Amino acid sequence: MKHTRIVITGIGLTAPNGNTLVDYRHSLLNGVSGIALTEVRFMGQWPAGLCKFDPLKYQKKKDVRIGTRAGSISIYCAREALADSGINLEARDKSMVGVYLGITEHGNVETENEVYNISKFNYDTKFWSHHHNPRTVANSPAGEVSLNLGSTGPAYTIGAACAAGNIGLIHAAQMLRLGEVDLAIAGGVSESPQTFGIFAGFKSQNALATHADPTKASRPFDKARNGIVISEGGCIYTLERLEDAVARGAKIYGELAGYCVNSDATDYVLPNPERQAECVQKALRNAGMTVDDIDIVNTHATSTPQGDIQECQAIAAVFQSRAEPPAINNTKSFIGHTMGAAGALELAGNLPSFDDLIVHPTINVDELDPQCDIPGLVLNSPRKVKRVDAILNNSFGMLGINSTLIIKRYRA
Amino acid sequence: MTKEACQKLVIDIISDIAPDEDLSAVKTDVRLRDQLQLDSMDFLDIVMELRKRHGIEVPEADYVQLASLDSCAAYLTPKFQAKA
Repeated sequence: MKHTRIVITGIGLTAPNGNTLVDYRHSLLNGVSGIALTEVRFMGQWPAGLCKFDPLKYQKKKDVRIGTRAGSISIYCAREALADSGINLEARDKSMVGVYLGITEHGNVETENEVYNISKFNYDTKFWSHHHNPRTVANSPAGEVSLNLGSTGPAYTIGAACAAGNIGLIHAAQMLRLGEVDLAIAGGVSESPQTFGIFAGFKSQNALATHADPTKASRPFDKARNGIVISEGGCIYTLERLEDAVARGAKIYGELAGYCVNSDATDYVLPNPERQAECVQKALRNAGMTVDDIDIVNTHATSTPQGDIQECQAIAAVFQSRAEPPAINNTKSFIGHTMGAAGALELAGNLPSFDDLIVHPTINVDELDPQCDIPGLVLNSPRKVKRVDAILNNSFGMLGINSTLIIKRYRA
Repeated sequence: MTKEACQKLVIDIISDIAPDEDLSAVKTDVRLRDQLQLDSMDFLDIVMELRKRHGIEVPEADYVQLASLDSCAAYLTPKFQAKA
């Protein structure tokens, strides 16, 4: 089937190590981690990634107070993406603007805050805020964006665990192709470090990272890795049909070449490398590509002992026929796991490679785990390569959801 | 508690509820909604903060008493005095 071509024309992001694509990329090429010790309610200090953007750049203080952290992240990223794209939203038909945001979870933070609040009042629920419901409905971050932009088209979130960032973009492309919208503002966001529950849950699972140096806590593929670093972040793109982007003379970061979303159907938590490999292979077919066409593989690897090995196995199996492997890297080693934002944010960190032909590394690999030692890994320092025409971005999540997104260099 | 002190407590709450507003020249005899950007949700926040900070209950039927600073003082001052 011949698809309408979809392109990326704007990027807005906030990561623990950068609030613009330029700063973020600079951090990724210079080994700058965004992880620091953070006080977690009931749990003391843990490594985590917090973003340092200014919410008041695009919101009033009152809107910050009423809304959520995820909403502020979303608004910042959406506004930055629009500014980057050069689109004048006020001149557009706002009913044809869609907002599609991937989320791992939403509402935990706000519910925890209210339970904590009423604990100070002997659990009397008359002290429970009336803001709780609008803050915790699952569409909340996207709804806050629509309120801020005054966009009246569809605006909702897509719950897809840690595969969600990719799926925000995939869903946007589908809606553009269906003609449901003319402009999609899409990506992924997370406010997860604001909830102790996610830290406590991973700790109980023995999957919460520790290290004497918090900037080294997230260390996928390292033999001594011991778990996930929880981070917040957001990355939102403007996506358009190619003809629309060309007609307005837009800057084009890349073209959505293909994708796949599938399910393991095997376990609540444990990944399934066979299904992951299948997801990558189906994305390649969807893109009309072969393994030889891929130049960078950005891994999902979260720095857990088992998950990293399984993804490496999946990637090695898919690319085993390559005489020279693609460059394989990991962004979580810098920023931790930004959950719903991960897919979108990690892709953004690699898009500048189309221009500079440099692949950012996986940092913090002091001793490579032999079971993760697959051809093509870019470790600890950036690598200059001869060709970057296609980037394959993996994001996988709990309940066995997998997503692979392939972005290719735009050629007219 | 004096009327002025009561009004100051209400202004303190409003400064948190509506942090973008300039509260330096709020007229005490004019409806708050006519001089500040406050909606019904904000008044629910004011009621909640009176409950949280001062243990003052404002039944829904009495919300109208919070219309202006003067009416707030008239309604709330006896409640504060009763708690003293």
